[in-house]
Formats: sequence, structure tokens, C-alpha cells
Amino acid sequence: MNASLALKWVDVGAAVDVPYQGARRVDTDLGAIAVFRTVDNEYYAVMDKCPHKGGPLSEGIVHGRHIACPLHNWSFSLQTGEAVGADAGKGCTPTVPLRIENARILLGLR
Amino acid sequence: MAFNLDTPPKPRIVVIGAGMAGGRIVEEILKRANPSEGGRMFDISIIGAEACATYDRIQLSPVLAGEKTFEQIVTHSQDWYDLNGVKTHFGCWVQGIDREAKQVMLHDGQTIGYDYLILATGSDPIRLPLPGADLSGVVAFRDLHDVDLMQKAAAHASKKGGGEAVVIGGGLLGLEAAYGLARRGMKATVVHLVDVLMERQLDEAAGRLLEKALAERGVSAVLNAQSEAIVGETHVEGLKLKDGRVIPASLLVMAVGIRPHVEPAKSAGLTVERGIVVDDQMRTDDPFIFAVGECVQHRGQCYGLVAPIWDMCRTLADVLTGRNPDAAYLGSELATRLKVSGVDLYSAGQFNGGEGCEDIVFRDPARGVYKRIVIKDNQLVGAVLFGEAADGGWYFDLIKKGESIGDIRDTLIFGQAVTEALAGVDPNAAVAAWPDDTEVCGCNGVSKGTVVEAICGGADNLDKVRGCTKASASCGSCTGIVEQLLKVTLGDAFKAQTGPKPMCKCTEHGHAVVRKTIVEQELKTIPDVMQAMKWTTPDGCSSCRPALNYYLLCAWPREYQDDPRSRFVNERNHANIQKDGTYSVVPRMWGGVTTAKELRAIADVCDKYEVPMVKVTGGQRLDLFGIKKQDLPAVWADLNAAGMVSGHAYAKALRTVKTCVGSEWCRFGTQDSTGLGIKLEQDTWGSWMPHKFKMAVSGCPRNCAEATIKDFGVICVDSGYELHVGGNAGIHLRGTDLLCKVATEAEAREYSMAFVQFYREDAWYLERTAPWIERVGLEAIKAKMFDADERKALSGRFLESQAVFQVDPWAEHAPKSEPAQVFSPLADLRSEKKEIAR
Repeated sequence: MNASLALKWVDVGAAVDVPYQGARRVDTDLGAIAVFRTVDNEYYAVMDKCPHKGGPLSEGIVHGRHIACPLHNWSFSLQTGEAVGADAGKGCTPTVPLRIENARILLGLR
Repeated sequence: MAFNLDTPPKPRIVVIGAGMAGGRIVEEILKRANPSEGGRMFDISIIGAEACATYDRIQLSPVLAGEKTFEQIVTHSQDWYDLNGVKTHFGCWVQGIDREAKQVMLHDGQTIGYDYLILATGSDPIRLPLPGADLSGVVAFRDLHDVDLMQKAAAHASKKGGGEAVVIGGGLLGLEAAYGLARRGMKATVVHLVDVLMERQLDEAAGRLLEKALAERGVSAVLNAQSEAIVGETHVEGLKLKDGRVIPASLLVMAVGIRPHVEPAKSAGLTVERGIVVDDQMRTDDPFIFAVGECVQHRGQCYGLVAPIWDMCRTLADVLTGRNPDAAYLGSELATRLKVSGVDLYSAGQFNGGEGCEDIVFRDPARGVYKRIVIKDNQLVGAVLFGEAADGGWYFDLIKKGESIGDIRDTLIFGQAVTEALAGVDPNAAVAAWPDDTEVCGCNGVSKGTVVEAICGGADNLDKVRGCTKASASCGSCTGIVEQLLKVTLGDAFKAQTGPKPMCKCTEHGHAVVRKTIVEQELKTIPDVMQAMKWTTPDGCSSCRPALNYYLLCAWPREYQDDPRSRFVNERNHANIQKDGTYSVVPRMWGGVTTAKELRAIADVCDKYEVPMVKVTGGQRLDLFGIKKQDLPAVWADLNAAGMVSGHAYAKALRTVKTCVGSEWCRFGTQDSTGLGIKLEQDTWGSWMPHKFKMAVSGCPRNCAEATIKDFGVICVDSGYELHVGGNAGIHLRGTDLLCKVATEAEAREYSMAFVQFYREDAWYLERTAPWIERVGLEAIKAKMFDADERKALSGRFLESQAVFQVDPWAEHAPKSEPAQVFSPLADLRSEKKEIAR
């Protein structure tokens, strides 16, 4: 039972397969996860669903450490998942633990 | 050896490795020795594999470049060791360590006993296992031997007119190697896996500046390039990349990184992970064995820079000599300075901070200066400096101290001198205290007195000051000071001059200024624009980036490289995203005309990909809804195979030309409106625009094609063609204005292209023709259109652009396997999870 609460690090692919200032989707039974790579070569993962109208965040424009939803241009922090800017405080997409090891992307799943 | 009972034997320290860490630890221990004990506490021996004394490895770059000699970089010579009574075993390597007997065995059979052993074995260069890696002429860049090989290769090549060198790796080491080879007359190319040089130390903007600075020094960079094989018979002849390109080279340097050299430690049974694991006192899991330098793994971290080595050596020397038995090494902050002459570059700390970090960016294009500092919890945590790196050490100091920078935050980006001068002082007050003859604007030689005089004389905003004094009218770097003078002089009467509305929060400039600057300063990439126009964010936002991408593409159709990362999803995926995340696809139907073959192909696609809905659009095309992203490439491929191209129904581009049937079938039709519509669509399809753009051709004034609510509409009449512009059926309905009447189809087509081009060049991004015409006025448009030279020039530029952009994006993408992969998920864990559940 405790084991199910512990993070399980799952290799989802090579770090280079996520384009700079871009994203890739990882499908899971809990819903899709969006894996992002920023202009500074940082990686983040959040649930791929805008809390506003469910837009696929993985299709948005990555700017700094933010993602703009492709449907209605809400912006979210990739670090906290919180909406920022004009829509701050209105919603949050859950973040997913991520680490890079040996140029592979590992997601922390439960 | 006879023991003298008066002087008991001293503890023996053996150091394995005579590189920078080995030399330094010996020196630190000696420094702490008590002179009253005859200057020495220990008997020290040092073992080094290279047959020479200790030298400063990071100075190998200047040696390669011919800017220093080897003698100049020696830190601890044989004489120095002799003088300090250190026994040296140079040119020797360790065969094994007997921890039981506390002995080190050398390759030549000698054994050396120790009381304390210090491993300073450093690291090895990583060699990529590429085919051809064993060819002669393939070297690493790590030690004197490598430098020697590279120098010889360069000298040999220079006899044959220079020669070509390829360096794999665009990090610090690779760039320095390439620069050194370029200095020695070779044509040097750096091949780098990602699209920014030194991406671990630099952000994209600084990376681009570096690329430029290196290009000026004869080093070109091939970015985003994966090496596949080194080609050649016995000697290297070139590097083959994954994309098929072959870069010729008579010398190939691998500078892709280093790996701790842990062999002796491993075979001695010490705990080794990535490096030799040590505690905060540099102790391995054997209490008599320590390790320092690049071979070490401390708190999970391995270091490849020099500063941590010094920190480690100081700690270990404190511990061993008893100067401070509780000394502890807690890890190091890192800073890097690039050693390429004339390129001032400094990077320190976490420039890509993490949660809660804020950036302050400063750009001064006139001086080629870019600075970015990163602040977290009111502390400085990182800095990247390009072009002016003198303050690097000061920033690094602030990073290490970790004190609150709240008081100096406003001026921090301007560096030490400004910050300290203004510390605790109201910046306005400081400016107010300046004498009148202080120069404010360096570009135009304007003094404070002149500016204040102008302000008192009625110049109550920035533009007016610029107008009458020229201050801040050139490079603009003194704008802040002029504004301060306005505040000081006018007091409350001053309102910050805002000018036209900025494009977005990343810049103070409006669209018009940005467009003008791009053309005038010949800016050709997004980072260039951001640099030159002092963007305040590292890479803009979702609002300015698509606009910049469009402006650049419009200004430089031949040279600009489109940036898909700065395009809205629809244009990236060449389909319309719908509310559920699926896409709709619209094949082009020229003038709204189709054939049985096309309809059959569309029907087949609908069956094959289970398209849930097909709908006729307002623009007389068929829209296929509900297509999954991963199916897009296959859908396009099938439509392409049937001869259809993208309808661009998703794009800020020419969308459709709606037609009626005109004179061919209609009893009222006066001209061949369908035929003209097809021609107009074939002229203009594929052209990117500030916003979506629609056209229509009606065959008679009954206007069945609804041409008077289009961006460009044609009404055919008996005597020719009425041209209408600026209609919009969107949120704000606007009927067209009549532009003019022309007699021939050819004229109608030329006018349409000229109008489109004027709109493309003049409107702001996301401004449709209707608001654009209301902003610039119909008369201004008529003036352009009716001047035959202007009209021809405009349509000429349009055709020039079309020669580049009139390509079908589906055909570009559908057949390539790589983008197709990008269209599918990175991973699908769903089935895996189900299996686990079972």
C-alpha cells in the first residue's frame, strides 16, 4: 500500500526528442502529460489539460518558463502550474515530477 | 634507511595525480606547515602520468591559440617540488593500491608506502563511439599531448593553405579548441548537438551573440547537428552528420565532455559512483584515503571547473594539517569565463534558476552588451554577461554571499560602479546632483544642462526632448537618464512618456517601430530583434513571438528562417485545432471548384481515418473535422497523393477566393468570375499575412460571392472589374471601400498583389484589413495603388516572396518520418499500466 504512494520514475524518452521551446505528449491512464523544454534547456511536465476549457497545453507556445494555452491563450507557470498574467488565480494544472538522467526524461508517477 | 630517534618519522602523504588538483593540494598542505617544525609536517610524494611538471590545464587554450607558451602555464615546476622537498614520480602510473599494506604500486615495480593517500586522478575526455573514431587525426582536447598534436596538424595544414578542422562539442572546451585552431590558420567548424552554444552556461540570446562573435573570429558553428560517422581511409577526411551533410576536415577534435577518472579507486575497492564518493572532508570510505578534484563525487555532484578544486584542496589541507580539523567542503557555486580573445563572456550560478526566479535583462546593442541576472527570494543566484564581463567577479561574490539584494535591486544590472555609487541614494537625486556639463547622451554629445534647458523651455516629454536636443534619439541607452531629468525638472507635472502602445509586456515598442527597426537595422532573427530592441524577457511571449516571426518573414523572404516555435499551433500543425484537441483539415479547392476525383479522395480519407464530420465552409471548401493529431501526416499524404494542397484554412494567410459561376453558366454573369477567382487564388495562395485574408469574385453586381465583405473583392461588370478592399464579416461588420475600376483581368491581378503586399508590409500583426484601412486611411492606400511605379514595386516584392513561400506545407511535412514522429506522443504508458494492473 505504501509502495503505491511512492514515486515511480518512468523513462518516457530521450531528452533531445522534445524540441526547444516545444513540448511532447505522454499518454497515461490518468490523462495526457505534457513534457516541455524551455529556451534555457529546462524540462518541465504538467498535466496536458488547461483548467479553463481543457485545451492541450502541449500545443501551446512556450515562452520563458510559461506555456500559453492554444485554445484561449491563458498562460501558466511550468514550475507551479498556476495561471499567470491576466488569468492569475483562476486555475492551475497539476505539475508532474520530472528529472533528466543520462539524457533521458524520467517522470515521477504514482 | 636509518631512523634518527631525535626526529621521529613524519607521516607520509602520497598524492596520485600531478594535475591542477594534485599540485594544489601539495601547495596548500605546505602553506599550512608550521615553520618551527622545520617547515614540514609530512613527507610528501606525488605521482604523475604526464612526464612533466604541473601545469594549468585551463590555460591550454591560449597555448593552442599561440597566445601563451607552455612555460608560462606551469604552476609547479620540478624545481618547485625539489625546493619543497616533495618527491616526484613523473611519467609513472599507478598499477594498484594495497589498502591493507598502505602501499601504492607503480607500473615500473616500485612501491610507495603512505599514511595518507590523496587521489587527484582528474578526469578523462569522453570519446564518442562514432565509426571512424580511431582514424588518425582524431584527437581530444585534454592535455599537452593533444595540444601538441593539434598544433602539428595545424602547421602541416597551413603549408597546404590552411586546412579544415571540425570540433565536436560547442561547450567551453570545444569553442576554445576551435578558436585556437582558427588562430593557427585553420578553417574551424564547431558541430553542436543543440541549437545554442554553451547552453549549460548561456541563454539563447547570449548564445547567439557568442555565435556571431566567433564567426567574426573565423569559427563557424553548425547547430542542431548530430554526428553520425567520421569518414576517411586511414586519416580523418570529414565528419558525416545524421542529416547526410559531410563537413570536410583534416583534423577532428572531440570536446564533448569529461568523465571522472576513477580506475585506481575502483580497483582498490573504494565506493565509486559517477566519481569517487567523498564526504565533506574529502574522505573516501577508507579513513586514510582522500580525494580532490574532478575525480570526486561530492554530495552527488561532480565538477569540471577549477574553483571547486581550490575549495576542496583548502578544506582537505585544513583537515590534514590540523589547522581546522572540522573544516568542511559544502559544494561550490560555479562561474565560467570564456578564454577567447576579445570575447567577453561570463556566466555564474544558476542562470536557469528554478521556481520563483526572476530575470532582469539588459541589452545595449550599440555596444554589443547583453546581461541577464537571476534573482530568487531577494538574492542573486545567477548571472550571464556578454560583451562586458568586468563585473562578473562582483556578481559571483554576491551569489556566493547570498545576502539580500533588495536595496540594490534597481541598479544591480548596471554593475558594481553604478550600484555602489547609488547605494541607498534616490537615483533621481543622484542625477539631480550632477553638474550641468555632465554628458547625458554619448551618441550626440548632449549635456545635462542642455537637456534641462530644453525641458524648462517646454519639452515636457521624451519625444520633445529628443526632438530639440537629440538626447536619447540614437542608441537610446540614456533614455532612463533623460526620463529622470524630466522627473526631477518637472516634478509631478511629468507623466512617464508612453508613446504608442507597446506590442506586449516584453517591450516598450509598438508594432510600427518594431517593423521599421527590423528593416532599417537589417535584423534577421528573433533573438536579433530582441537584442537590438532591448526586450525585457529572455524569449518573448506568445503574443510578440508570432508577430516577430511574421515581420521578419515579410521583411526578408529569402533570408529569414521561419521559426515554428513562434507560431500558433494551427500554423505549426497545418490544421485547425478544435475545442476537444482534435484537428480539422481543409484541402484547397481553387476558386471553390472541385472534381469527382478530388471528392472521391476526400471520401476515402473520411472512411480511412473515421472522420466524424465533413462540412462545407463559408468559403466554399470542404472541412474534415475530428482528426487526431497523430493521423495528420497520413491524412495530408493521402490528400497530397490525390493532387490536393493545403487550404491554409488555419493560417494568418490567404485563405479562400470565393466565386460565383459568372459568365460561364449564369444568365446575368458579365465576366468569367470563376476563372478569375482561380487565377487570384493561384497567384496568392501560400502568402503569409498579418491576419487571415479572404477574397471573392462576383460575376455581376448581384454579388452572389459576397465580394463586398472580403479583404479584397472583385465585382465584374460589363466594362471590366470593380476592385473593393477592406471588407470584414467578422465581429465588426464592415463593407468594402471601392478602390478603383480596371478594364482587364491582368490589371485586377496586379492590383490584388500590390494591395496584398502593401497590407503585408504595413499592417500590424493580427490587424485585419478593415481596421488597418481605418487606421491608415483609404487615401493613403489609393495613393500607393495608383502610382504605377509603386504598384509595380509592391507586386514585384510580392512575387519575390511567393517564390519562396508558395509551397505546400503538407507536402513539406507529410513524407518525412521525423516530423511524423513529432506528431505522435513521446510515450504511451496506458497499455503498460494495464499490464501491471493485471
